[in-house]
Amino acid sequence: MKIVVCVSHVPDTATKIVVGSDNKTIDANGVTYVLNPYDEIAVEEALKTKEAQGGDVVVVSVGPDNNKESIRKALAMGADSGVLLKDDNYRDSVGVAKALAEEIKAQDAQIVFFGKQSVDYDNSIVGQLTAEMLGYNCVSVAVDLKLDGEKITAEREIEGGREVIETSLPAVITCQKGLNEPRYAALKGIMAAKRKTIEEKDAAVSENSVEILEMKKPAPKEPGKIVGTDSSAVPELVRLLKEEAKVI
Amino acid sequence: MLQAMVREFTDAEIRPVAAQIDEEEKIPDGLIKKIGELGLLGTSFPEKYGGGGFGGVGYCLAQEEITRACNSTAAFIGAHQSIGANAIYIGGSEELKMKYLPALCAGEKIAAFALTEAEAGSDAFNLKTEAKLTNGKWILNGEKIWITNAGIADLFSVFARTDKGITGFVVEKDFGGISIGPKEKKMGIKGSVTNTISFDNVEVPEENIIGREGRGFIVAMKTLEAGRLGIGAASLGAAKEMLELSAKYAAQRKQFNQFISNFQAIQFMLAEMSTNIYAMESILYRAAEKYDNGEDISTDAAIVKLFCSEAVTKVTDHALQIHGGMGFSRELPLERYYRDARILRIFEGTTEIQKMIIGKKAVKQKGKWKV
Repeated sequence: MKIVVCVSHVPDTATKIVVGSDNKTIDANGVTYVLNPYDEIAVEEALKTKEAQGGDVVVVSVGPDNNKESIRKALAMGADSGVLLKDDNYRDSVGVAKALAEEIKAQDAQIVFFGKQSVDYDNSIVGQLTAEMLGYNCVSVAVDLKLDGEKITAEREIEGGREVIETSLPAVITCQKGLNEPRYAALKGIMAAKRKTIEEKDAAVSENSVEILEMKKPAPKEPGKIVGTDSSAVPELVRLLKEEAKVI
Repeated sequence: MLQAMVREFTDAEIRPVAAQIDEEEKIPDGLIKKIGELGLLGTSFPEKYGGGGFGGVGYCLAQEEITRACNSTAAFIGAHQSIGANAIYIGGSEELKMKYLPALCAGEKIAAFALTEAEAGSDAFNLKTEAKLTNGKWILNGEKIWITNAGIADLFSVFARTDKGITGFVVEKDFGGISIGPKEKKMGIKGSVTNTISFDNVEVPEENIIGREGRGFIVAMKTLEAGRLGIGAASLGAAKEMLELSAKYAAQRKQFNQFISNFQAIQFMLAEMSTNIYAMESILYRAAEKYDNGEDISTDAAIVKLFCSEAVTKVTDHALQIHGGMGFSRELPLERYYRDARILRIFEGTTEIQKMIIGKKAVKQKGKWKV
């Protein structure tokens, strides 16, 4: 079975983000990029699926040359080959999904894994869009997955609980924390990844339907207020919590 | 990618249990298993022997990252890989390497390096353990002390005296006649086990000789050179951790109404730590690259071992001083790094032995600088 896992290359969550001089992008200077953490879960699930059912795991990413680092990481974890759909410019979720859908169609993949969101733009939608474009079934925010032949039984995280659903291949699964514990890339995998191929081709062209007008950091938090240091301050504190903060 | 992976693994799996390893004087079996599965017990060796293929540079990068969290774990890996298994890699025949290295690289078997004896520490050439070839078997008798990993090892690279001089052997724990002494009570690297081993008429198959008879001392010395780079890496990793912890602490600790990082007294200590780290990193990877190119590194390794182990004891001392009373407290890990660093000036050739190697070379070359 052909298994595709789609990955993005995102700023490390520990990185301090600075908005670039154009006010529309982040300043990439000094930013460490990593394989999107949710995509690590997707890679793990793809590898587990391969180990259980056999098949080939192909890692696909849309973006500039640097995305190869994250593809390489997925190869080091155990994926078989990679495809970089080259694109040096900003592309919105629909554009990314279109490029991915075209490649997945060409790969004839039966099951496609995504992270439930990328921690850069946080749109949480590329997986679902891709499924729609391909006409595949889609399970988003999966926390449990069982594959039995063509049949899929999955659990999704929903507000306040879990939803159990059944569907069938071909399908797109977007992966949530808890679905599995991603493996480390073993030394053998890291060495083997150097020999695995990453095919490069241009991403299918499409017009962006979303334009970034401005990017800015959240306003700094207002400093806290000290209303007193002993019990005489309690009535005032209660009044403020009630009337100003409106939390009690 | 190797460094990033080892860092990720260390932060998630080793750092959280580092204090426990020190307190309980034991590296959890599960952790040893994970380290083996990842390939960190064979980082440097070629892939055909089951290793990672990352050479000395890769090995040092990995050891550096691991020591940032736990020197005990690094000492365990070092004793296994860079001396225990490395003696077989450096001195052994192709058959011997194929027989033992794959299992050692995979962590299915743990190795130890057994050279030191009661009367043969720095004076290793004076060792008394004997091996005699009788009816196609080497019969081994003697006692080794201060053997890192002995208590958990499955096989030992043992150096013994034969008719033709000192000779190395691979001795499996199950050959019979081997007894392991109780765990030594140590000041630092408490999680790494150290024991005595005695050999009482141990029968070793003839083919388990490491290289040729009488060539064992050279093999042991070459092996220790590689081990000394590992000590450099361990020193560097600990020093980097100390700098980071100290700079962070100084930026949040207030005295005289300001952060202590504003004081030159603190900045000067951080400056000395940084300068030492720069020098350690530079000489370590210079030597490691030479090692990977197959060049002679006998002097380089001695210089790396001497400088880095001395430097890290200064760096940990500064770190403790910056932390003041909190550094002395066992609530913070500073005192553990301080205790753990001290062995680095002793094992795999003391500071004094390194100076003898370096000094002899200087005399021999009439002071003409060349390494």
